[in-house]
Amino acid sequence: MSKSRAVKRLNKNAHPYIPNSVPEIKEEMMREIGITQIDQLFRDIPKRCLLKKKLNLPEHGLSEYEVRKHVENLLSNTKTCSNMPLFLGAGCWPHYVPAVVEEISRRSEFLTSYTPYQPEISQGILQTLFEYQSMICELTAMMVANCSMYDWATTLGEAARMAARVRGKNEILVPEIIHPERASTLKVYTDPAGIKVKKIGYEKETGQLNLNDLKDKISEKTAAVYIENPSYLGFLETEVEEVAKQAHAKNTLFMVGVDPTSLGVIKPPGEYGADIVIGEAQPLGSPMNFGGPLLGLMACRDDMTLIRQMPGRIIGLTTTQDNSRQAFCMTMQTREQHIRRERATSNICTNEALCAVTSAVYMALLGPEGFRELGEAIIYKANYALNLLSKIPKVKTPVFKATHFKEFTANFDEADLTVKEVNKRLLERGIQGGKDLSKEYPELGQTGLFCVTEIHSQNEIQRLATALREIVGER
Amino acid sequence: MFRQANWNEPVVFELGRSGRRGHLLPNPEDEIKKVVGDLDKLIPNSIRRTSTISLPELSEVEVNRHYFRLSEMNYGVDSGLYPLGSCTMKYNPKINESLAALPSLGMIHPYQDEETVQGILEILYTLERWLSEITGMYEVCLQPAAGAQGELLGTLLMHACLKANGQCDQRTEVLIPDSAHGTNPASAAMAGFNVVVLPSGNDGCIDIEALKSAVSSKTAGLMLTNPNTLGLFEKDIVEIAKIVHEAGGLLYYDGANLNPLLGKARPGDMGFDIVHINIHKTFSTPHGGGGPGAGPVGVIKELAKFLPVPTIAHDGNAYRLDYDKPNSIGKMKGFFGNTAVLLRAYAYILTMGAEGLREAAEVSVLNANYLMERLRKIKGLTLPYDSVKPRKHECVISAKPLRDQTGVSALNIAKRLLDYGFHAPTVYFPLIVDEALMVEPTETADREEMDRFADTVAKICDEAYTNPDIVLKAPQNTAVSRLDEVKASHPKTMTLSWRMHLAKK
Repeated sequence: MSKSRAVKRLNKNAHPYIPNSVPEIKEEMMREIGITQIDQLFRDIPKRCLLKKKLNLPEHGLSEYEVRKHVENLLSNTKTCSNMPLFLGAGCWPHYVPAVVEEISRRSEFLTSYTPYQPEISQGILQTLFEYQSMICELTAMMVANCSMYDWATTLGEAARMAARVRGKNEILVPEIIHPERASTLKVYTDPAGIKVKKIGYEKETGQLNLNDLKDKISEKTAAVYIENPSYLGFLETEVEEVAKQAHAKNTLFMVGVDPTSLGVIKPPGEYGADIVIGEAQPLGSPMNFGGPLLGLMACRDDMTLIRQMPGRIIGLTTTQDNSRQAFCMTMQTREQHIRRERATSNICTNEALCAVTSAVYMALLGPEGFRELGEAIIYKANYALNLLSKIPKVKTPVFKATHFKEFTANFDEADLTVKEVNKRLLERGIQGGKDLSKEYPELGQTGLFCVTEIHSQNEIQRLATALREIVGER
Repeated sequence: MFRQANWNEPVVFELGRSGRRGHLLPNPEDEIKKVVGDLDKLIPNSIRRTSTISLPELSEVEVNRHYFRLSEMNYGVDSGLYPLGSCTMKYNPKINESLAALPSLGMIHPYQDEETVQGILEILYTLERWLSEITGMYEVCLQPAAGAQGELLGTLLMHACLKANGQCDQRTEVLIPDSAHGTNPASAAMAGFNVVVLPSGNDGCIDIEALKSAVSSKTAGLMLTNPNTLGLFEKDIVEIAKIVHEAGGLLYYDGANLNPLLGKARPGDMGFDIVHINIHKTFSTPHGGGGPGAGPVGVIKELAKFLPVPTIAHDGNAYRLDYDKPNSIGKMKGFFGNTAVLLRAYAYILTMGAEGLREAAEVSVLNANYLMERLRKIKGLTLPYDSVKPRKHECVISAKPLRDQTGVSALNIAKRLLDYGFHAPTVYFPLIVDEALMVEPTETADREEMDRFADTVAKICDEAYTNPDIVLKAPQNTAVSRLDEVKASHPKTMTLSWRMHLAKK
């Protein structure tokens, strides 16, 4: 009794995450390795490098309860898409995350594991990632997918580098209508490789890729032509087969960026000639999380010259050595940095594996019918919103005459309002408006990009329309 | 004896029955359908999907059970000791998971009005400052998604700095020790530099003479991990910094091994100019089977202007995102970084305090040295390089004598460890050690578990001498035995998707 009480007193300073922080245990261990002070283990650090002060952080840690209260308090004034209708997308979209998806992605066997370097003890995540790749292939109608990149923007950068290596050319054509953050990341990734990024203009009426401009700019130097479908501004590109034809006529790779939630109703790029498909798979079960983590998807045709140049991890189906059963492991690792070092296809190591697990569960849950219904729900609701907004005087929506999937543009020039002003007044009414495009596309004037998904109710959409009507009317 | 679950679970495509549903979506209201009309008319023929998606059709019950079973065939830190060297597989506190699951994080959009997201902006702003203090750097950028992306940003910053000084055509070389992580040369090459490999000295540290002869007017910088991948602190770091700086280069710190230095020493004080931090290592966030992580980058004052946009500014009242940085290299990725990972790190630092971080560093080093002393005494194993100096967060043991004497290699030891319910250490890295076993217990390993681990390694080495077959055939207690990895990567048999499997059948 008295002994246990004594131990308890000694334990006062032990940290819950550090089992050996009990002074007695430390002393035992130090004795066994022949030292008396912890600092003897740091004796080889030059004196002038040792920190002589205490870090300027809170010196003492907080209890778990205090940490919880502190963080919850900080976040308590946050407005979320569940308590404020939110019409933002542009690369990170509000969608519903089914409970099973949350449940599985919190399984600590997945959550707390490392990259599956020991496949025998990691079959669970290896098979799940293989299934992720396989389901991405079904959605996009491609044959090969890797098991994740950081996000759409970095995947575009990597895909451009991949195309340049595959074709041995150094020019990439991309649409002028592209997310500016994606364009900036593309430049950051391609500049060091000496790849030139050229922009293809758009039809002023419809926003569609200008095929004449494409014809003018595509040449023997072009490694790849890249388009997005749906485009950054939400409309569908319809002349995709013509783009593919032009690209392939010049022995150029055809790359397509997608929002995978569209693929239940929109033709998959594999059916119109894409060689490489990329996109953002965050909508497939990952919350927005203020923009990260996201999930870059990347797929390609069954072509060894493409596969050998693909960045990222790829999981393959194989068997055990005794051939007794099927099993999964990382494949084609000779492309990767830990083997190939400076000659690797990419430096990517840590990726977004858990988000891919999340997406696998999401895709398995939805199935073919679910994806069709998801696509339909989005296109119905977005077009309903577009329809209501188009009836508001002095609001021009959409800016481009085309079919829109989940995002569309609305212009406020005639109302003599800036998007900033519109959004401020929407916020006063408890609504988060669309993304302000006025700085990135000055030629579109005061235009906002609105996003509507399956989570927006008719009532919320009507609230947006009513509020906009009021705001414009006040002017 | 350990036995991993073995469900022999079919691939998801083999499960389910036609017509089953796993999830019902909110149906658009009738009024919406009426207003929008026929979708076949709305979606142009040329891009309407007419093919069915060959996804499986499963009930929610089946989906949940399938992935539940698969999770049972996976080993994580929560299962047991995961002494994977250089990966810092420490315990992932559960409170951090609870906080990261808050709707006030999950359900916010990066472009929301700043007024509505002040809390998360404050968290990120504070975290930037805490990480600056911990590393001794002037400014930290949270944007990179992973350590390797931090390295890419770091090397791009070298390039931006050279460009500003008109030296980018001249300084084309980045020096990297032969003991470095593979990401270092890969990142430097991605940023457009030529990689010059520095041989390690006989003591496993940078060979100062080799460094002196390698630096030149072509040197852009040196990438260094400290403590290095042998677990040794680079004793000559002050001189190394001087040599690199005098040659006109920048010194880059690979933060993969920062854990043992928390509150003890700072890269900034050692003369490093650019630092990346692996949040998913040092700051306890889960690895998730390979990510997501986060790889913030810290820099000296002269380089801060080149960092990606946006930065978080605070005017005394409110936090806001500042995109007005004319010298910025641009964006490393979309939005601001892996916020959900960064929030966990914030909660971790709050839980630990400066005192707790120091304790974590000290105990991680104590644990590594304790385990090293136990392992090096085992017959068949040796401790290469300096035999006297303490290691820091990890130690590298060589199984070369064992392999020479019994045919049992480091790989076989690793596989046999799985049979006993331990994750294997990193093997065959760093490349400069034959039959390397790289062991990093971290501060969250308890002594009893480390003793069991050391006893098990001793037992395996004993088996190697007495009954090598059992080691060579390991593992047998995991979900599957050894895999045919040649078949997995051979162009003829390679199967990278279920589609490909069906096509090859």
